Amino acid sequence: MGVVPSEAPALAQLRAHPRRLRRVEGITDLIGDTPLVRLNSLDKETPGVEIWAKCEFANPGGSVKDRPALRMITDAMKRGDLRPGMNLIDSTSGNTGIAYSMVGAALGIKVSLVMPSNVTIPRKQVTEAYGTEIIYSDPMLGSDGAIVKVREIVEAEPDRYYYPDQYSNASNPLAHERGTGPEIWAQTRGRVTHFVTGIGTSGTVMGTSRALKAHSKDRDPALGGVVRCMGMEPDDAFHGLEGLKHLASSLVPGIYDAKVLDETIFMPTDEGWDMSERIADQEGLLVGHSAGGNVAAAFRVAKALADEGKPGCVVTVLCDRGDRYFAPLEWERNYLW
Amino acid sequence: MATVRIPPPLRKYTGGAEDVEVQGGTVRELLDALEGAHPGIKERICDDSGAVRRFVNVFVADEDIRFLDELDTAVSDKDEVSIIPAIAGGR
Repeated sequence: MGVVPSEAPALAQLRAHPRRLRRVEGITDLIGDTPLVRLNSLDKETPGVEIWAKCEFANPGGSVKDRPALRMITDAMKRGDLRPGMNLIDSTSGNTGIAYSMVGAALGIKVSLVMPSNVTIPRKQVTEAYGTEIIYSDPMLGSDGAIVKVREIVEAEPDRYYYPDQYSNASNPLAHERGTGPEIWAQTRGRVTHFVTGIGTSGTVMGTSRALKAHSKDRDPALGGVVRCMGMEPDDAFHGLEGLKHLASSLVPGIYDAKVLDETIFMPTDEGWDMSERIADQEGLLVGHSAGGNVAAAFRVAKALADEGKPGCVVTVLCDRGDRYFAPLEWERNYLW
Repeated sequence: MATVRIPPPLRKYTGGAEDVEVQGGTVRELLDALEGAHPGIKERICDDSGAVRRFVNVFVADEDIRFLDELDTAVSDKDEVSIIPAIAGGR
């Protein structure tokens, strides 16, 4: 049994957790400012090294993708690239599609998504519930096949579609450079020493790393020096870490810049899946497999530090919740009593 | 001979071929024949115990073998067998 949290009076709670009690003008104002949670069961095994995770599942669309989706859409509206009457179209295997659908619905923008036909059933249903149109691509060709199909559609009707292209859109990493990164810096009180997260579009790792490096550039080496930033990729082209890319065998995203990263960790699918199960069981965190891969990578980094007797504060990202991957989850539009 | 559809990440083992024809009465026999013709490929599909990896789906004529007889699922000469990762690529 762990320590039972004591009940705090309402006012003390308001001071301690203002985010929980805030009031906003619309759902897009709830994107970002996510909590940072300590992974207690893991860092018990890494003495002197703390492991923390950014709870991106706490975004209103349920994933880290709310951040880039909002930024890409609002930046495109400001530039005049996304105009009234146009459809937003992009390729996505899920979370970005849900985020586009939510932001699109809130801001009155029609959304069309191209996805491989083997994406999980709840994902299709969630995006459709927001009024989004889904166009399927060949499951054998994965996410690259979906990208190719979007390009064909946009080329045929360029005035009808705005294509944000999350893989090449600077607003994607910028959402993290202005949001996720500074939040982690503030939440760790400037103590973060290592940051690691998986590479999908690479937006999260690029933007967050840039911000953390900028914040720590003059930090005393005795206090951790410049934050060490690492990407995580599946260890093979044929893998099951949904959302992540094995770059050597993929279309490399335009926003990916290898110079931003100090290192890349190659993660076997089984190690990531096992970690998802472990943190659900031991931390009460039921998260998706990419988040499991991220935590597995953070655990490796923390273990290596602890083995060398070095202190550290390792931060990673919990991209989404595990229940998003429960296949039989079906929305009952018509309740039967 | 049954046709096996090879996903792009595994085509490095088949010399780039998208479809491979192999002999076998069950999925297990097909995978063994596939390994014989293209060494290294089976290890990506099956784990050390010989079971299909958790993140891999094998379909015989559009039916997932997990809902049939797993590796003992019968395959006829005119069947198409697909090997598909649970999902891969950008979010």
